[in-house]
Amino acid sequence: MWKTRITALLILLLGFGIGYFVYKSEMSHRAVVKDVAPKGLAKFPFKLGLDLSGGSHLVYRADVSQIAASQVADSMSSLRDVIERRINIFGVSEPSIQVQDGGFSNQGEQRLIVDLPGVTDVSKAIAMIGETPVLDFRTENPVKDAPQQAVVGKDGNVTLDPYASKYIKTDLTGRYLDKAILEFNQNTGEPVVSLQFNTEGSALFEKITRENVGKSVAIFLDGSPISIPTVNEAITGGKAQISGNFTPQEAKTLVGRLNSGALPVNIELISTQTIGPSLGSQATAAGVKAALIGFMAIALFLIIWYRLPGLIATIALSMYVVIMLAIFKLLPVTLTAAGIAGFIISIGIAVDANVLIFERIKEELRGGANVTDSMHNGFKRAWLSVRDSNISSIITAIILYWFGTTLIKGFALVFLIGVLISMISAISITRLFLYTLNIKKTSGFTNFLFGSGLSSAKSQK
Amino acid sequence: MFIIKYKKIFVSISIALVVLSIGAILFFGLNLGIDFKGGSLTEVEYTNISRPDQSVIEASLKTLPTLGQALIQPIGDKGYSIKTRDITDKEHKDVLAALGTSATEKSFTSIGPSVGAELVRKSLISFILVSLGIIFWIAFSFRKVSKPVSSWKYGLIAIITLVHDIMIPVGVFAVLSHFSGVEVDTLFVVAVLTVLGLSVSDTIVVFDRIRENIRIGHFKTFEETVGRSLEQVYTRSIATSSTVIIALLALVFWGPASTKVFALMLTAGMFFGTYSSIFLASPLLVFVKNWQDKKSK
Repeated sequence: MWKTRITALLILLLGFGIGYFVYKSEMSHRAVVKDVAPKGLAKFPFKLGLDLSGGSHLVYRADVSQIAASQVADSMSSLRDVIERRINIFGVSEPSIQVQDGGFSNQGEQRLIVDLPGVTDVSKAIAMIGETPVLDFRTENPVKDAPQQAVVGKDGNVTLDPYASKYIKTDLTGRYLDKAILEFNQNTGEPVVSLQFNTEGSALFEKITRENVGKSVAIFLDGSPISIPTVNEAITGGKAQISGNFTPQEAKTLVGRLNSGALPVNIELISTQTIGPSLGSQATAAGVKAALIGFMAIALFLIIWYRLPGLIATIALSMYVVIMLAIFKLLPVTLTAAGIAGFIISIGIAVDANVLIFERIKEELRGGANVTDSMHNGFKRAWLSVRDSNISSIITAIILYWFGTTLIKGFALVFLIGVLISMISAISITRLFLYTLNIKKTSGFTNFLFGSGLSSAKSQK
Repeated sequence: MFIIKYKKIFVSISIALVVLSIGAILFFGLNLGIDFKGGSLTEVEYTNISRPDQSVIEASLKTLPTLGQALIQPIGDKGYSIKTRDITDKEHKDVLAALGTSATEKSFTSIGPSVGAELVRKSLISFILVSLGIIFWIAFSFRKVSKPVSSWKYGLIAIITLVHDIMIPVGVFAVLSHFSGVEVDTLFVVAVLTVLGLSVSDTIVVFDRIRENIRIGHFKTFEETVGRSLEQVYTRSIATSSTVIIALLALVFWGPASTKVFALMLTAGMFFGTYSSIFLASPLLVFVKNWQDKKSK
């Protein structure tokens, strides 16, 4: 018995611990100064979808008609990379850029979906993506201690650019690059990136390398260095290799980026959505309010209707809520208004398993069993019903997640996690707590405690 | 036994509600929103000055002839929503300029026809798959019951109640849509599919109990078995759907504006889903049994 009680106590403490984590991480996240990398617990904020945080959602159609079928996937992922780099320059926090494969449901259209949290000026966002990036080659600045150059960012902040002073621009730019290829060193098997310049570029490259043997030449993309190889000898023929400690993946990424001096495929904007910041915060506040009210009303209902088991179910439900919130933070799950709705509904459904169990326990009591046996049998018998009644919801959630658009996925994922966690929490946590009570005697009072509604467990037929 | 005794009344209520819903859907129709049809929606708010008259907005949007038909609706006390065909970034800027500098944009959506068409396809696929998944699940759940009513009849009745459970919320939506202008959007599809999942689970629990009681064989007649089974489970059904409905009502009254209609549809679905598992599915089962008996005589 003591073992059960100690376990119950530990579980309860764990629940408090998780609750504390959720609270503390949210508080420390709010305390984080903008543009400073979050540390410690502040690294686990709730991830809010665009409809709650405000921001822009852009859908582009990529024109892949000129590209061989086998190259489409590569082109799309390098398109993704180009656009990601373009966006990163503007300091958008946590942008999401996804390639949507041309499947059956969108009739083979290759799409790029760009989510920009916090960017509520859609025209600015569109311009940001439409700009052509600059690939250029720079040589070491002969002036070693050149003063660092101050750069005024788009947001008006002044930053020091350490590279702008160390390297100076040459005439060689991405315009002269014919293509970049991923290769593997025949001796070591190391991935290397081969560059092929066109005629003009080859001449320039030869000149630059001849003048910089033993020095480094930096390859800049959009003003930031992506690779700084050291020149070993003058290179003719316009072929260069960038070797480094690349993983094959890194090398592949680099090739993608190099090849994408300009966009590898033409894109056309087919859908936009922008949510202003005020609308987003209103929706968040309303969602939190509805969740709190919903939770309290359910707790009240449970305690009034189911008495002692109701109280225990409320404790289990609180644990369910903190576990869910912690999962949202840790996975992380992007929360949208629909997702919050899914969560609130799942709180209601989480009770279902408890109620099934309580009703079974009551029946066992009516059948003349004592409290302990009734609880044990009640749990055993209710499990099948609990499982069966949740399966259809699980089927629905999985299919919605599978085929849904972003909005639908937001709901389906929360709903699915909710149903699964609620089954576990009802069966394990509620059971543990009820067993902990260790009620041996069956009396009028215990019948009252385990009764429901207006009657006690015994008096109902 | 009350429910089985008055089964004709309860089944009639259900039939009447479904007929009314179908009537509402046919009569009012379901307005497809821009999620499906494509188009644009701009929402602005006038915070500094009181909002200009609707006719002023209309006149100033008329100066953009390429825009075509624009539908202007007031929202709240300070704002307007403007619906047009799907527009480009430049056209969007023109619209904002036409609305005046004191208009703050709250949200803007422009959906191309191909994105809308994709959503239609995805919705249909999801709907078909969810329906199939649930039908298979029902068939699986009832594979062991045979006497006195064969298992496929349980399945068939479960599907009839399912149709009942989605027809009514969709009917409610058609009425809402007619009087308040709400349109069918992505969340509508989610609501219908979620109702599918939630409502069938309740029916399965009720049938599960009937199956168990048939096995135990306490009760003399099939009618009594069904009636007693209902008495054993209805508290549970009502209690569990009450908690879900409490949660949903919190969303309807206090939740974000974007999910209010969604929550309302689910509330209707949950309510009628519970109603149907007690007052429709089980009485139908008795009807089927009586009809079988009559035929065999």
